[in-house]
Amino acid sequence: MPNALGLERQDYRAAQSTLCPGCGHDSIANQIISAAYDLSLPMPHVVKFSGIGCSSKTPAYFLRGSHGFNAVHGRMPSVATGAMLANQSLYAIGVSGDGDTGSIGFGQFKHLIRRNVPMVYIVENNGVYGLTKGQFSATADEGAKLKYYGKNELPPIDLCLEAIISGCTFVARSFSGDAKQVQTLIKAALSHRGTAVLDIISPCVTFNNAPDSTKSYEYGKANEIPLHQIDYMPRGFVPEREEITVKSDYELIEVQMHDGSYIRLKQVDKDHDPRNRAAALSVLEKAQREELFLTGLIYYEEPRPTLGETLNLVDTPLSALADEQLRPSPEALAKLMATFG
Amino acid sequence: MSTVNIQTDTKTHSAYQGEPVINDFALMIATKNGSGSQTSNEVLIRSLFRMGIPVSGKNLFPSNIKGLPTWYTIRASKDSYIARRATTDIAVTMNQDTAAEDIANLPEGGVCIIPQEWKWGQTRPDIIYYEVPVKSTLGMSDIPSDFRDRIANMVYVGACAYLFDIPLDIVRQALLDTFNGKEKPANMNFGVVQNAYDWSKENLVKQDPFRFQPLDLTTGKILITGNEATALGALFGGITVAAWYPITPSTSVIDGVLDHKHLRKDPETGKDTVAVVQAEDELAAIGMIIGAGWAGARAMTATSGPGISLMAEFTGLAYFAEIPCVIWDITRMGPSTGLPTRTSQGDLLFIHFLGHGDTRQITLLPGSVAECFEFGWRAFDVADQFQTPVFVMSDLDLGMNIWMSDPFVYPDQPLNRGKLLANKEKYEQFVAEHGEWYRYRDYDKDGVPYRTIPGVDHMRAAYFTRGTGHNDMAVYSERGDDWLQNLNRITQKIDNSRVLLPQPIIDFDAQNEIGLVSFGSNDPAIEEGRDRLAAAGIKTNYLRVRALPLAQSVKEFVLKHKRVYVLENNHDGQLAQIIRMEAAEDTRHMISLPLGDTLPMTAKWVFESVMHGENK
Repeated sequence: MPNALGLERQDYRAAQSTLCPGCGHDSIANQIISAAYDLSLPMPHVVKFSGIGCSSKTPAYFLRGSHGFNAVHGRMPSVATGAMLANQSLYAIGVSGDGDTGSIGFGQFKHLIRRNVPMVYIVENNGVYGLTKGQFSATADEGAKLKYYGKNELPPIDLCLEAIISGCTFVARSFSGDAKQVQTLIKAALSHRGTAVLDIISPCVTFNNAPDSTKSYEYGKANEIPLHQIDYMPRGFVPEREEITVKSDYELIEVQMHDGSYIRLKQVDKDHDPRNRAAALSVLEKAQREELFLTGLIYYEEPRPTLGETLNLVDTPLSALADEQLRPSPEALAKLMATFG
Repeated sequence: MSTVNIQTDTKTHSAYQGEPVINDFALMIATKNGSGSQTSNEVLIRSLFRMGIPVSGKNLFPSNIKGLPTWYTIRASKDSYIARRATTDIAVTMNQDTAAEDIANLPEGGVCIIPQEWKWGQTRPDIIYYEVPVKSTLGMSDIPSDFRDRIANMVYVGACAYLFDIPLDIVRQALLDTFNGKEKPANMNFGVVQNAYDWSKENLVKQDPFRFQPLDLTTGKILITGNEATALGALFGGITVAAWYPITPSTSVIDGVLDHKHLRKDPETGKDTVAVVQAEDELAAIGMIIGAGWAGARAMTATSGPGISLMAEFTGLAYFAEIPCVIWDITRMGPSTGLPTRTSQGDLLFIHFLGHGDTRQITLLPGSVAECFEFGWRAFDVADQFQTPVFVMSDLDLGMNIWMSDPFVYPDQPLNRGKLLANKEKYEQFVAEHGEWYRYRDYDKDGVPYRTIPGVDHMRAAYFTRGTGHNDMAVYSERGDDWLQNLNRITQKIDNSRVLLPQPIIDFDAQNEIGLVSFGSNDPAIEEGRDRLAAAGIKTNYLRVRALPLAQSVKEFVLKHKRVYVLENNHDGQLAQIIRMEAAEDTRHMISLPLGDTLPMTAKWVFESVMHGENK
């Protein structure tokens, strides 16, 4: 069925994946395709970014009508920052991995968030380096075992925790085996005016899918605990209530996004209000301490000004400025020169 | 504590005895870093400029915020020579830590101005001492104690004004220039200048031959640093994104963009058309400008050697993925952290071949502040025209010192965005003409493909940018023939740039057998050195390289001479190496003369080096 732009879902696909059959990353790419199709995203106004690694190959597999940039290892954030300054009117989707984001690009990840560059930043997190054949990444669990590299003795970096303390205003964790939740979170993230981080556990079927790995399908399917049921209602949807409300028993939270869409969280974990930063940090602490695989929208707040707003940039994309806006007049130069005489 | 050895000419001023030396000498002011001497030195240089005397100033400063020694040399030249002069005839010694050495470096007949309260003693009978009471002169002026230390330097301005004939009304004007027309600080400083002048007039007996006299050689000229000129050039070149990480000596480039950003404000909304981002490091700064250039911005960064090292991987990507961006390298002494506050031209080979694998980066080489302005805007055109990173190599001397120049010339060409299909109409028109569009297909057989940018509202206008192997449809490919075809095209593109980049400036006379080749900020020293050589009977031709890859005329120039000297300010003779690489069999008569002594080149060195080469 064609969407509002007259496009079929398959129009949002791109090249054939070259990842291992069953890779979690492919199912995330599929959810990006579905979300973009459902939302009738105009592909020429979407940009895709990635770094280096298995995850970073995937932007070639979705949204064929969108420009893509496969950057250098870990440094997709800076490329996205520059591109989004050049043209603030674009939608940006970045796909990264745990090596890309948690190690080589850790600094860039945090500074992107700090600047609030408006984009969806997806980490396809499998705890392992795939293309170099199975080294631990910085998100691997302490005590995790790998075929060639033995036991991981170091504590993992929690990317959601890192995102929140860096000032991120939309932080979610999900599981690539939970297609519906992944898709809903992507839609909500696309409506967020700011950096939205999705840390999606995405099993590596070749190097890290043993049942005892917390990054495996089997573990995820058996242990995922959604903090809430999340629904996304696009712009134009008329909510039942006139105002954003919270019921005291935390059964329902509705948040209106900047583009007019809503997210609705149902059957909320009583201990967790995603609009409370301390609660979000504490639920992540708890998940780590008790080895719980908690998923959902961990943290949300009204977005801070985006980088372009902070810099007080003109509304016209900088890439579309006319020549006369790019070069001051000869009179301006003459006047300036007089001040140096 | 490290000190700088300022070379001295062997010539002494005993030769001048009895006759005045007018508008042709140099002063050296030795102070402590952070003591406010920058203001007083600027006032002196601006005063001379206002008197119509050609001037140049060189700041030799430490990598330190406060306390380490700083030397500032001011040269006045009736012949309009603006290179650094090896000899400084007059030393204003305001730093006790270096005074002994500063005095020892004076030539016979030189002048030392020294605080009276130091009771230093006049240990050299062959120089002239003027002892000036700094503390008590300050005491005469009603200066708030917070400002005292910083204003103390105005005492030597007053003493110099009396001793060397700088009219006080001109000093006052120069103070106003320096303080951007603000009367209050200008008056407070001028009070000290006046008191020091009066005291000097009352108490000092003029014994030296040095004097300034008004000329009319600076009318219509400007005084500006290369880095500010670069910033202005960028703003007139349509810069829209600047990302940077602070590093000496490049920082004032972006400061200049910020200072003059108002030139590009949208008049209706008051909003900015230039985004300036201070990145978390140079890795991010280069990533940002590559992302911005890819998405259609005119993007630039400014850095120095250590930053260039960090940018290597990303610029290799931009070279291979064919993304325009501009990188200014304001070079300082390397290797390693090197000497952050000393000048060098040591990054030439590194920049030109920056990136792993087979890369050859277009590099522009400005030789004056006027060219910093020109290349400031032109670099964006070159980057767009060839869809590649463009490096511009200035240096600390050119970038941070004040230079006298003719006013800058307004760009003589409209903005050139190259083969950019910037919108749906342009894209559709291209497809109508060619039946298709593929990102890396060589439609014009000149190596330069057509590019689209995000936001071009057409479903087939997108492509996938990658640093991995790709074919001309921008599709991932590991095929050897795709790889070769792609890299051959890029090589052709870079080779083609030779004729379109700024061409060398050549001064040629078929009678002359000796040729000099150089680049960048050495230019004033080379020109002055040539005059000295000519006076000694050696007439030379001169070619100044302004871009890499080299223009064909460089090779031709080398071939036309019996002997060619390549003079440059690095240790290994890097320009000579590049010329040899391109014209090996023809360069046996070419002699590499690298300097690399951490200071700007002097005519004395040029003269002596060539004379030595000529066995004279």
